[in-house]
Amino acid sequence: MILELLLTSAPDWAIRHAAVLIVVVPLVMAPILALSPSARLAWFLALLATAASSYFAILTLGIVQSTPGGIIEYWIGNWYLIGIEFRVDALNAMILLIVSGMAFLATVFAWPTILADVEKQKISLFLCAFLLCFAGLCGVAATGDAFNLFVFLEISSLSTYVLVAMGARNDRRALPAAFDYLIMGTIAASFYIIGVGFLYAATGTLNMAEMAAQLPALAGNRSVQVGFAFIVVGLGLKAAMWPLHQWLPNAYSYSPSFVTMFLAATATKVALYALIRWLFTIFNLDYSFEQAIFTWVLAPLGIAAMVICSFQAVFQTDVRRMLAYSSVAQVGYMILGISIANAAGVSAGLLHLFNHSLMKGALFMALAGVCLTYKGTTVRDFAGLGRSAPFTMSAFAIAGLSLIGVPLTAGFMSKLQLGYALFDHGWWWAVLFVVFSSFLAVLYVGRLLQAIFFEAPANPGKPRKEAPLIVLVPLWILALANIYFGIDASFPVGLANDGAAAALGLEALQ
Amino acid sequence: MPTFLTDLNPGWLLIIAGVAAMFIKQRTVRQAMTIIAPILGILLLATTQHGVDHLTYNALGLELSFYRVDSLNFLFGLAFLIAALLNAIYALHTDNRMQDGMATAYAGAAIAATFAGDLMTLFIFWEITAITSVFLILRAGTRASYFASLRYLGVQILSGVLLLDGIAYVWHHTGSLSLTAFTSLNEPGALIIFIAFGIKAAFPFLHNWLQDSYPKASVVGAVVLSAFTTKLAVYAFARMFPGQDELIWIGAIMTVFPVFFAVIENDLRRVLAYSTNNQVGFMICAIGVGTPLALNGAVAHAFADILFKGLLFMSMGAVLYRTGTTKANELGGLYRSMPWTTLFCLVGAISISAMPLFSAFVTKSMILSAVASTGMVVVWLMLMFASAGVLEHSGIKIPYFAFFGHDSGKRVKEAPFNMLLAMGMASFLCIAIGLPAFLPSFGYEWLYSLLPYPVEAASYQPFTLGHILAQLQLLALAVFAFILLQRLGLYPPEKPGVILDTDWLYRKVGYGAVRWMDTIWSKVGPAIAAIAGRLSSRAYDNMVATFSPRGMLSRNLFSGGMTLWTAVILALVLLVSFLTS
Repeated sequence: MILELLLTSAPDWAIRHAAVLIVVVPLVMAPILALSPSARLAWFLALLATAASSYFAILTLGIVQSTPGGIIEYWIGNWYLIGIEFRVDALNAMILLIVSGMAFLATVFAWPTILADVEKQKISLFLCAFLLCFAGLCGVAATGDAFNLFVFLEISSLSTYVLVAMGARNDRRALPAAFDYLIMGTIAASFYIIGVGFLYAATGTLNMAEMAAQLPALAGNRSVQVGFAFIVVGLGLKAAMWPLHQWLPNAYSYSPSFVTMFLAATATKVALYALIRWLFTIFNLDYSFEQAIFTWVLAPLGIAAMVICSFQAVFQTDVRRMLAYSSVAQVGYMILGISIANAAGVSAGLLHLFNHSLMKGALFMALAGVCLTYKGTTVRDFAGLGRSAPFTMSAFAIAGLSLIGVPLTAGFMSKLQLGYALFDHGWWWAVLFVVFSSFLAVLYVGRLLQAIFFEAPANPGKPRKEAPLIVLVPLWILALANIYFGIDASFPVGLANDGAAAALGLEALQ
Repeated sequence: MPTFLTDLNPGWLLIIAGVAAMFIKQRTVRQAMTIIAPILGILLLATTQHGVDHLTYNALGLELSFYRVDSLNFLFGLAFLIAALLNAIYALHTDNRMQDGMATAYAGAAIAATFAGDLMTLFIFWEITAITSVFLILRAGTRASYFASLRYLGVQILSGVLLLDGIAYVWHHTGSLSLTAFTSLNEPGALIIFIAFGIKAAFPFLHNWLQDSYPKASVVGAVVLSAFTTKLAVYAFARMFPGQDELIWIGAIMTVFPVFFAVIENDLRRVLAYSTNNQVGFMICAIGVGTPLALNGAVAHAFADILFKGLLFMSMGAVLYRTGTTKANELGGLYRSMPWTTLFCLVGAISISAMPLFSAFVTKSMILSAVASTGMVVVWLMLMFASAGVLEHSGIKIPYFAFFGHDSGKRVKEAPFNMLLAMGMASFLCIAIGLPAFLPSFGYEWLYSLLPYPVEAASYQPFTLGHILAQLQLLALAVFAFILLQRLGLYPPEKPGVILDTDWLYRKVGYGAVRWMDTIWSKVGPAIAAIAGRLSSRAYDNMVATFSPRGMLSRNLFSGGMTLWTAVILALVLLVSFLTS
């Protein structure tokens, strides 16, 4: 309905170039930002850029849903088969929507936190790096070219290192965190490009669709297998697949709170998208070795992440680290969903991806609000905050309940779908792990909520207050979305089902 | 009337009003809301159309029907609304946001559950009644009420979880969530739902939560609690398990066993809690019989019970409010200082004793007739015995020990006017329902015309000579027995103390067993305990060592370590793919 309205009202050029404009707008805006004399102007321009990208992302989703095949093919400069193709189907349209939407909300709330976290004269540059990162993430999600994906991956990664390192003003540990992230990110990208190299050697093309068309003939080719292995590990590293997640807790804990929120809601999601794209669209499920990888590598790693990282989250004293470990555990759910390797499983994984970006976005946003008004992020610092900042903390509580998977929240819906998919696949034992991990989530979220709402403030002398309105509004948008999609999940479920169908090359699921 | 009003479930109205009331600081506005909401609800209910799904919603392939009125649930809903109104009036003298709001929301949840058109909706509001009602116990604010509320919540949630379980099973097997009655308990889904309902209805051995929590609630809280939860379960049984043979015996036992406890119990509010069990037993038994007459009796008796049990709890609440206790041994002679309360309590006591011209007479006689017509002599005798018992413990004991008996010397003020008003209204209804029909569709005929089977109800005559005589004989005998025992000094004296119910199983037998094991344990124990302790603390230490921030897994690895992991995973992927291709 809204989509149709947008489609009919959009100008012709916007419809024709929507897919590529999502990426181009922030990419062009970034250098302009860097030159901006005023921090406020830079923020405003970043807001414009992310809003424009969101608009184009919604437009793209509308176009994808209304075109018969469900695929937008956009050859940049009309260099058919020689140049770079942007290829958007229901799967990446969903990811683009998540990334740009979260980026927009993040930018809205960013202003007060950036003022607090970043030196005034660096704000323009900081936002420039943010826009580059955002453009890179969108590029990864939109491109249909294996090498181009690497380029965008590097654009986003390099700017992320900068963003993480900016946390050094508050906490010097941000520097080693950024350094570690740099090393790991570079390894991931190198692995990825090595894998692409192997595949290029075997197929002679870098276009994903072309590659997918040629690969079935190459079954049993060793270099295809090696390429596959490198790509899975490389992208798995970027997606924080256990045990390749060790860069993540530090990077999330020490970067500026705005960056943490943005990364938690988008970065691993995009890497996971790329993984799904490679596993299902480009490689063929008929390969016996790929099935074996799903069953013997991805599923166990997903379950290990769910259980072990939830345990780690239980024992953390710093809320940011707790949420970071919880993120890795949630990635475990998604990986488990993917490793079922059928439409229902992938759909469950995608739904959890969508919901997780809502809940972690809200949680880290509320956390940023706390960092703003009251410096301190340990569980003890949260004691009694429910009384002094009821609005911030009730949004936090809603998102926390969603993280547990309490009925009537979004998290429940995706865990339910995951459970159904696991049962249908005959992996009922994995459901036990899902339940157990949810129980651990009850422990770590419950511990926090208990401190927030039932404990006396650790330091009653300190004045505390509600987060500013500009933080509260996007925060509550996300919190209410968590509830709304927990009651009427038809929109995300529809997106996830279409996305899974597109990934697996099936006709649209109903 | 606009459709949004006719489609509005009165329960939702109350829930919304209740939740809103919690945030309103002005006492008059808040209390006006809690009074106006049930009145509006009664108006809405009176004008609504029967047998239609007023509000449906499709979620995740489940067809939910939020508001459906028919002849079975109409009276329950009406009684709940009346009770909500009386409770609101009764609570006027307090200024307690949480209690006002939660009481109204709790009533609303019970009403919404009553008018639910499918199992899922029933479950949702079933849970909301549990959550809202726990605050009423908690509000008493004592340490005992805190723990009682935790136990209460646990039991209620258990019931809800079981219900959800059963619903999931039923849905999985039949693909339908409709409220069609189960024919047998053989399928697991039906059995689980049966147990879930049974917990709320306080079946024997599942009943301890009731005696545990109601007497520990606040003055207003106990009145509110008495009306809804068990009656909601009665409705659920009438809806899902009519004519289920097991219910006859369960109901009969439920009517009998509380009599013994109620007679020796010292806390008068606890006596009323037992009496609740006993009355619910009559309804359950009637539902088990399942004939139109029996179901009519169950519904009518539930309606009457909500009024007279509420009235009795209100009078005891007034006593508690003024004197600070409801212990029989500390009370007595209050009729001098609280004449109106005494009068209303007597009306309630006579009503519950099923004296002709009072409400329970016209309702309970239907149940007794229905049971008699099945030819189950033993059950019938049990019900007769229980009727005599009711008279004894609720009809005589409560007013006697509170208001007459030995004079405690307490000279207190009469209850506040709002309490008297609420009690007066309840008394009026108790009498109005029980009167014979001087005018057409007045008195009991009004009640009968609203029953699930109005035709059968219209042909039933409560005021026959046989009924009246039988009831009066029973009453006379019970009074005689009471007086005789009193005179001979054989009546259980009013003594403070803990009455052990079936919980003696775990309090006494269990305790003995534990003592015995303890002796053994003290010999073998230390050795094992030391080992177990060492093991568990080792396990915990290991967990901390592994998972905590300083633990093995969370320690900041050097980049080299992380890279090593990458290589390991790569090797794993390569190995698996080479081995399987």
